[in-house]
Amino acid sequence: MREGGIAVVGDKDSVLAFKAIGVDVFPVETEIQARDKVHTLARSYSVIFVTEQVALWIEMLIKRYQARPYPVIVPIPSAEGNRGLGLQGIKANVEKAIGADILFDKEDR
Amino acid sequence: MAKLNVNPTRMELRRLKTRLKTATRGHKLLKDKSDEMIRQFMLYVRENKRLREEVEGELQAALKSFMLARAVSSDAVIEEAVLMPSTHVGLTTSSKNVMSVDVPVFDIVEGEVSDLYPYSFASVSSELDTSISSLTTLLPKLLKLAEVEKTCNMLADEIEKNRRRVNALEYVMIPQLEETIKYITMKLDENERGNITRLMKVKEMIKPAD
Repeated sequence: MREGGIAVVGDKDSVLAFKAIGVDVFPVETEIQARDKVHTLARSYSVIFVTEQVALWIEMLIKRYQARPYPVIVPIPSAEGNRGLGLQGIKANVEKAIGADILFDKEDR
Repeated sequence: MAKLNVNPTRMELRRLKTRLKTATRGHKLLKDKSDEMIRQFMLYVRENKRLREEVEGELQAALKSFMLARAVSSDAVIEEAVLMPSTHVGLTTSSKNVMSVDVPVFDIVEGEVSDLYPYSFASVSSELDTSISSLTTLLPKLLKLAEVEKTCNMLADEIEKNRRRVNALEYVMIPQLEETIKYITMKLDENERGNITRLMKVKEMIKPAD
């Protein structure tokens, strides 16, 4: 299998904390940088955590890798706050598989 | 539904009947598979939601204290503090079979942990310690989240594909086969009837001659 470990891509403020716990971090600032970085990382790393801003930038890439086993690209909230991107992803999955959102609908009521 | 373009022969009829039998059986099996996949998917997706909510909350708290630490000390100090991490987190990957979908499973391989904090306590504020210790405990959960989320993604994709197959069988393949079988049976019966009338006619024509 892949030997690559865990990578974190995002703005500097958010990823620096991860560096201290021994994860490979890659700070990016622009959309193009982010896309390039994730594209190259996708070949060697098996898990890539990206901050929500980056996740928005690389939406196409995430879609492409979604149905493949590796790499796993996971959006995480950044230091700036949570935009609920992760939960949106879950919702989209449920809608795709079942046709209607039955998971979140129930709790809203 | 249009019938298939085949010759109305007995041989073709037999062939089509076997195909129909296989298609019906396949349809039933795929439908069962779809049901079970959706059940499994629901389990995973609930877990996914729970994990995500948990992780996002904790992660934000950790990042917040990191931001606080950055605010207290200067950038250079913080960067120097975390520049050389004392551990490295490795990862071994294997795969698990969920409803004939190969999903990844991750295991953390911890490097030699000499000391969790790669800096001297004198230079930085205590927020950094809190942040790093909570991030360390959060890492397994993050990986679990990655695993579950990928499983959900792949299952959702597979469910969609499977549904297409089921529908294609149910609404295209099977009606087509049934129609064609009906057409061939009718044609063969018609031929048979034509043959009988012809025989009767011939017999009648022969009779008066006797």
